[in-house]
Amino acid sequence: MNTPLLKVESLVKRFGGLTATDQLSLDVAQGELVAIIGPNGAGKTTLLSQLSGAMFSDEGRILFAGEDISRLPVHRRVHKGLARSYQITSIFKSFTVLQNVALAVQSRSGTSMRFWAPVASERDLLEAALAIVTDVGLESVAERPASQLSHGQQRQLELAIAIATGPRLLLLDEPMAGMGREETLRMVELIHRLKQRFTILLVEHDMDAVFRLADRIAVLVYGRVIATGSVEEIRNNREVRQAYLGEELTV
Amino acid sequence: MTATFLLEQMLNGLQFGLMLFLLAAGLTLVFGIMNMINLAHGSLYMIGAYLAATAVGYTGSFVAGVLIALAGTAAFGALLESSLLRRFYGRDHLSQVLATFALILILNDGVRMIWGPHAMLVNVPALVSGPIELLPGLHYPAYRLVVIAVGLLVALGLYLLVVHTRIGMRIRAGASNREMANALGGNISGLFTVVFALGAMLAALAGAMLGPVLAVEVGMGESIIILAFVVVVIGGIGSVRGALIGAIVVGCVDTFGRAFLTTILREFSSPTVADNLGPSLASMLIYIVMAAILFWKPRGLFPAQA
Amino acid sequence: MTSTLVSISSKAIASAGDAAGKRSSLVPTVAGLGLLTALLLFPSIAAALDETFYVSFVTRILIFALAASSLNLILGFGGMVSFGHAAFFGGGAYIVGMLSIEVTRDIGLLPGTQSAWVAWPTTMLACALMAALIGAISLRTRGVSFIMITLAFAQMIYYLFVSLKTYGGDEGMNIGTRSTIGFGLSLSDDATFYYVVLALLVVSMMLFRRLVHSRFGNVIRGIRENETRMEAIGYDTYRYKLVCFVIAGSFAGLAGALLANQNTFVSPRMLDWHQSGLLIMMVILGGVGRLWGGVVGAVVILLLEEILSEYTLYWQFWLGSLLLFLIIVAPKGLIGLADRAFKGGLK
Repeated sequence: MNTPLLKVESLVKRFGGLTATDQLSLDVAQGELVAIIGPNGAGKTTLLSQLSGAMFSDEGRILFAGEDISRLPVHRRVHKGLARSYQITSIFKSFTVLQNVALAVQSRSGTSMRFWAPVASERDLLEAALAIVTDVGLESVAERPASQLSHGQQRQLELAIAIATGPRLLLLDEPMAGMGREETLRMVELIHRLKQRFTILLVEHDMDAVFRLADRIAVLVYGRVIATGSVEEIRNNREVRQAYLGEELTV
Repeated sequence: MTATFLLEQMLNGLQFGLMLFLLAAGLTLVFGIMNMINLAHGSLYMIGAYLAATAVGYTGSFVAGVLIALAGTAAFGALLESSLLRRFYGRDHLSQVLATFALILILNDGVRMIWGPHAMLVNVPALVSGPIELLPGLHYPAYRLVVIAVGLLVALGLYLLVVHTRIGMRIRAGASNREMANALGGNISGLFTVVFALGAMLAALAGAMLGPVLAVEVGMGESIIILAFVVVVIGGIGSVRGALIGAIVVGCVDTFGRAFLTTILREFSSPTVADNLGPSLASMLIYIVMAAILFWKPRGLFPAQA
Repeated sequence: MTSTLVSISSKAIASAGDAAGKRSSLVPTVAGLGLLTALLLFPSIAAALDETFYVSFVTRILIFALAASSLNLILGFGGMVSFGHAAFFGGGAYIVGMLSIEVTRDIGLLPGTQSAWVAWPTTMLACALMAALIGAISLRTRGVSFIMITLAFAQMIYYLFVSLKTYGGDEGMNIGTRSTIGFGLSLSDDATFYYVVLALLVVSMMLFRRLVHSRFGNVIRGIRENETRMEAIGYDTYRYKLVCFVIAGSFAGLAGALLANQNTFVSPRMLDWHQSGLLIMMVILGGVGRLWGGVVGAVVILLLEEILSEYTLYWQFWLGSLLLFLIIVAPKGLIGLADRAFKGGLK
């Protein structure tokens, strides 16, 4: 198990004159939760888009379980075991919660070029979906259309959909975005549980959450990783405090 | 086939392309800025042609007739935009397609009610009715040169407007980023009306200028507007520069295809096959070119939006 | 856990798919059977009343219902606004015509046939192929570009047939007789033809119903709702959209083949972009993404056309105005409007 699950080598992404990702390298080991922090505009979401395949990189390589996936389209990467959740909730609003999750389960369980049998009668799909819905704590609203959920519940569903694809690595883009205290706490709990089962790359602004969850933190500034280390190391890293954390960290 | 014939076809292609540009410019601006698909743009072209034909008849002056048509169509466009079409800016493309398609039915019949079912003929203004000898052996209709000149002038004017004026800046901002256009402030719905009226006026200009060349009749806008759509898609939605280049490409490819394809095919196959295939291929050529361009560049040659 | 699952999954079955599934109560079933019975008896009634013209008219409506329903698959369920459906509808008509013309004139480009058993499946296959080609390129684009490109491709087919003098060019071509189906039945008899069309429509609608609720249909509806996320959970959305496009194209081809038979005449007018627009009108008016939307729309529009043109030369003006009004007041189509009225009535 010496090869890291995810290995990013000198990744570059330019938008016109702006270099959003600048010779970025990063490793994520199997079972690890790596948090990426950094000020707004540091290129965190761009990095996630490059990793998930929504954007192709200009230079560099992305190795997943030792395999170069840099040129694979999004859906192929998903089947390799890479799933992403979105900062701005991206769910199927007219579908029920269960249908949302079942749709994701369906994508990894055999072909969807089936035109005759009703999908709603596939017990395997529904059972797997219900297990995940229960896992994230949404079983009480499983049959409600997703559009009727509260913001916090929609964020949970967002995560459930990503999990349902059966990933080996979860890319989470600010799962706590726009949440209140209570909801945030519940989400931290949830991610803490998921951490036992998945390797996670977490982009998050909420420092309390990051410090509670992360095994390792990478600090991203202007598209570069300026420091990586354990929670303690990052807390105490002077450069990081100056560049990014500032007075925020008068713990 | 001679060099003069080639040159003549180039001029024809240029003329057709420039007129297409007048239509495409309005379309692409309305697409780009209001995110609105207006199938009825061709109806504005038709209305411009009818107004011009009527006004030329009344005033006896071609120039006055065209100017009246421009003003009339622009006013009609502004009215249409502010009373009806702006309701659809926020709606999906499907509703826009249907609404403007319904509008085509309405305007076609509306024109039939006012002007009757028969085509109208417009005479080429006497001053430019004859041919001009451009080169030894190349006689070219003077009126078509006027059309080319007008097209070039408008293209230049539009370029200056879009690139160098304040309103042009807002138009460009709107085409690439709606929020930025809002941030630039001012009366955004007023801007929309102005842009739409401008587009209507350009369409009317094309209709009025082509009136003496083609027949002024109901449905005249429909085949040409589809070519204008092709231009917009090839050029990249929202890009005026793309529309100009796309229009010239489409104009030339279409003209050349019709002029030369059968002859070229005769070189490679039997005359019967060539004579059968040539015209078919020529009429499909522009769509084949479009398919090829979009296959390589799905967002067109000059995509305006980032 | 198991008992919750059973209750949830059985409810999920009931609520699966679109709203059509939700109302799987007795009322629509009874209404549907009633309507079907009426349709089955219709030719006899018309014959009794000596109004056989209406048999042809209703046949026409059924054919357009099939065409519009096929469009609804891509437009309504898949969210792909295709403005080129006439290419397949008219294309289908031409292919049947060409096959039949070859029998009488032997032009030699195709092996000719009159048999419906050969000609109609061939037509569907050819239209599927055409849809695969057009879709493969068009589906690389989205939004307005997709609308424009499908429109442009349909125009390309239109101009192709306008310039093909062999098959009538501008003027169109007469087809000697309707296709033959054997079993001692003749499609030249309007009532027989009516029943064949009705049967094909019913079968097609049943297929569409299965399709919409199948795994594939689930994916297609997911794509309409949120294509980016569909990719992000592992679907190659392009492939599914293309297959959907091809299915829709082949059924539009079948409808075209039927219309060619009905008229024993084909002309480029069937490929005209007005035809595409008309089909879109039917779908939107009836109900986008509602299983019966295309059928309702076809009935309403063709009836309107028939009635309005009785009274005025300018029926398009009134049809257009009415449509414009309806889009503004009933954005979800007539079925959506009926839903709202029905629910309002219950409260």
